[in-house]
Amino acid sequence: MSSWLNATEWAIVALSLKVSLVAVFVTLPIAYGLAWVIARRRFPGRMVLDAAVHLPLVLPPVVTGWLLLVAFGRSGPVGAWLEATFGITLVFQWTGAALAAGVMALPLMVRAMRLSIEAVDRRLIGAARTLGASRWHAFRTITLPLSLPGIAAGAMLGFARSLGEFGATITFAANIAGETRTLPLAIYTGLQVPGSDLMVARLAVIAVILSLGALLLSEWLVRRSSGGRAHVL
Amino acid sequence: MSFEITLSHQIGERAIALDVQSNARVLALVGPSGIGKTSVLHCISGLSQPASGRIVIAGRTLFDSAQGIDIAPQDRRAGVVFQDMRLFPHRKVAANLSYGAKLADGRPAAIAQSELLSLLDIADLQDRWPATLSGGEARRVAIARALLCAPDFLLLDEPSSSLDASRADVLAALIERIDLPILLVSHDEAQVARLAGHVVRLG
Repeated sequence: MSSWLNATEWAIVALSLKVSLVAVFVTLPIAYGLAWVIARRRFPGRMVLDAAVHLPLVLPPVVTGWLLLVAFGRSGPVGAWLEATFGITLVFQWTGAALAAGVMALPLMVRAMRLSIEAVDRRLIGAARTLGASRWHAFRTITLPLSLPGIAAGAMLGFARSLGEFGATITFAANIAGETRTLPLAIYTGLQVPGSDLMVARLAVIAVILSLGALLLSEWLVRRSSGGRAHVL
Repeated sequence: MSFEITLSHQIGERAIALDVQSNARVLALVGPSGIGKTSVLHCISGLSQPASGRIVIAGRTLFDSAQGIDIAPQDRRAGVVFQDMRLFPHRKVAANLSYGAKLADGRPAAIAQSELLSLLDIADLQDRWPATLSGGEARRVAIARALLCAPDFLLLDEPSSSLDASRADVLAALIERIDLPILLVSHDEAQVARLAGHVVRLG
């Protein structure tokens, strides 16, 4: 396969994997926390939080990218703070592409995890409490393991969504070769350049393989973690 | 006084009021289905909070609305056998049994695990998943799990349902064998009359 893809194309695939994996791993705990709060807590503003989490799903991705630019750009409130405090700049960097991918993947991840948390029988948590478990211990030993299939499903969906992320990425992180030009951006760029048909086709095949791989891997993980009782597909 | 329970509790439209003082070691609460027996158990175990009242069992105040006492469920040291068992589906029987024991801070259970398992005839079930157990097996595992968390007292919700006659005898022997205050609720007054020293009718 190394002769099949040239070095530039390998670099694009590697960058895409790096961006998507970082996006999923950083978003995962945030998404699970949000999913738990929305599933288990009743408070004023819960609907607003739920709607805000789902916003990236319904907004034009370009608008999400622009909002990220406003907030996380060098002169944006969050961006300026990050740069002044930690010396971190996200805009036009691969980390910015990961941020855009993570934000776009968030609603899908929250949704999958929330459903699995809601499916955990609360009576089991009551039983755990009477057996001596604190709220936190009951969460760790009951809710968390029983919602693993949802975590795996959410991670898979988030990874696939991150791999495909285009609109918010190109708006926020731009299309910089070697830095933010992920698979979809490279395919889009290739389509603008005459004579790139074969490269576009090869990258498209890679995209299909990676997405299918993510799907099958998550299915395997879910079946394994649930002793064959749950599945994604 | 083993049991000193005064509470009023509201669930939707239904109001539950109970006032029991009893020195019996085994106290039974009977009444038709839907009268709120299980809700009373939830109030005692700490899973629900009564509107007002006072719950003292074996000399320990678990709840007192007047004094603002409301001990967390994990600190009430109640061994609860739920009517719907509530075995953890992702843990094998052995891990269900050890769940509360690990959280007992070294307090010894009222009965040794080996004796308990052989008495209930569940020693061979340790490697099984809860989903593969029969109703009676799951009930006996739930009883053992509740006892192994080293409780100060037991709360049994319809303990003999899904147990056949001979197993119900075993349960009676177990209740006899362990020296703990026991509150059991049932809709079947005849069943509990022979187990309990004091029967209270609810509703």
